[in-house]
Amino acid sequence: MSLLAPEWTALLYLLAAVCFILALKGLSSPKHARRGNLIGSLGALVAVVTVFFSIKLENIPLILAAIAVGSAIAVPIARKVKMTQMPQLVGGFNGVGGGAAALVAVLELGHNDDLWVRIAIVFTMLVGAVSFSGSAVTVLKLQELITTRPILFPGLPVVMSVAVLAAVGAAVMTVIDGSWVWPVALLVLGLLVGIFLVLPVGGADVPIVISLLNAFTGIAVGASGIVLGNVLLLVAGTLVGASGTILTMAMAAAMGRGVTGIMFGAFKGGSTAGSTTQSDRPVRSSSAEDVAVQLGYAQNVVIVPGYGLAVAQGQHTIAELATALEARGVHVVFGIHPVAGRMPGHMNVLLAEANVPYESLKELDEINPEFKNTDVVLVVGANDVVNPAAKSTPGSPIYGMPILEVGDANQIVFLKRSMRPGFAGIENEILFDPKTELLFGDAKESLSKVLSAVKAL
Amino acid sequence: MDAVTLLTVVVLAVFVGFEVISKVTSKLHTPLMSGANAIHGIILVGAIIVAGQTNDPWLLAVAIAAVVLATANMVGGFVVTDRMLEMFRGKKPAAKTGEDAK
Repeated sequence: MSLLAPEWTALLYLLAAVCFILALKGLSSPKHARRGNLIGSLGALVAVVTVFFSIKLENIPLILAAIAVGSAIAVPIARKVKMTQMPQLVGGFNGVGGGAAALVAVLELGHNDDLWVRIAIVFTMLVGAVSFSGSAVTVLKLQELITTRPILFPGLPVVMSVAVLAAVGAAVMTVIDGSWVWPVALLVLGLLVGIFLVLPVGGADVPIVISLLNAFTGIAVGASGIVLGNVLLLVAGTLVGASGTILTMAMAAAMGRGVTGIMFGAFKGGSTAGSTTQSDRPVRSSSAEDVAVQLGYAQNVVIVPGYGLAVAQGQHTIAELATALEARGVHVVFGIHPVAGRMPGHMNVLLAEANVPYESLKELDEINPEFKNTDVVLVVGANDVVNPAAKSTPGSPIYGMPILEVGDANQIVFLKRSMRPGFAGIENEILFDPKTELLFGDAKESLSKVLSAVKAL
Repeated sequence: MDAVTLLTVVVLAVFVGFEVISKVTSKLHTPLMSGANAIHGIILVGAIIVAGQTNDPWLLAVAIAAVVLATANMVGGFVVTDRMLEMFRGKKPAAKTGEDAK
């Protein structure tokens, strides 16, 4: 088989890199996003076909079989996964990518004597291993196979520090010494660091962790580009690393906290631990029929969904309710907080699944000025993202977090399971506001009741 | 390729990444994550290279494992992103409003 000239290989890789950039660029609007993703996948196809013709490869049948197996595993999962389970899936795919980068790096150790390349190798191994095990723990948490509460044990910070130092030591030894003991130790320590990194993170902070680990895998893949002298891997990995980093920072800003505060907050007994005490102050509770009347005769309604909606799988019912209200001439939009759900943008995906048109999904900055002209705000399964303590109580763990200012609306209706505080464990003053009514119960059941009451109006 | 050229590429890629991502609407942050996820599945290229250049059975086994993982990452990532983006639809044409009541 004749091979491509190196120039052609480089040009085809450049084409693939451009496709990846266009794929990310396409996401600036829902209109062109799908086409962008298609362009990205074509770029990946070009790159994979190119590699077979660019260097002399052995074992080609075996490699093709492995690709077939990988696709056969991933495609059915990707097709069937429920939208509420998207965070687990993305976390899982991210982990296997990190694992693959670490394995590729290990294999390059045998025939590279250049100091810088060896440093890139140990870096890729460490970051890839952290990403792999960290993602695995994240998936376990999201699937609730282990508790979503922060897992802490005495001495965790010490264990973590020792593991990190030992990993760095093993990395240095791998660079300078040829023994196979060091790379194995490095991988094992990397896996441990990943586990210790994610265990203390609470469920509400998981979106940030997924995003951060995504950045890690990107960086590992970028470093593997240096290892293999492959510019495409370098560019693609760096792009993902940069995007993951910026998204992580955006998420942290949307929670009003620093990234380090989220990752290490629980070490210091920080905010995610929270309290679960109930308040016995009086609130106004309401009935489904009353809520239906308020919504049915309003002009402008804003629905604020939170993770409780996803847990109850109520996205289809809420979309039906919105349609029923619009049929009555009520203007309905959804106000979506950036960190609502279990991964960035999670609520938007759930509502899109339920056929809510994307024009009706409003971001924080778009919707906040609208609350003044809103007759009724319907808050479903959300709490902390509408808690005014974020603005008014400097000592509160969520102080500084931008919130949806539902207090500006004429009336507020909360669909809540109980009076338990939200994840941050802080009481929400707005629940006791005279404008506020509460309808207790499972989000989906309450929504169905309100829906049938609206239809009966 | 020499170190300075590689560094140039990295720095430019970082800026392109920051520029492109800061324009992504927050509505699409989930597809952004899964799409970026699919893109780092390009480590498949690296896995193919190492798998094609070893004949030691143990090393080959590790490399083949890397190919399987990387393929799952890349193919699964693109498929699930497409599935999500397909759901993001705009409002139906206004001409149909009269028929909504069935």
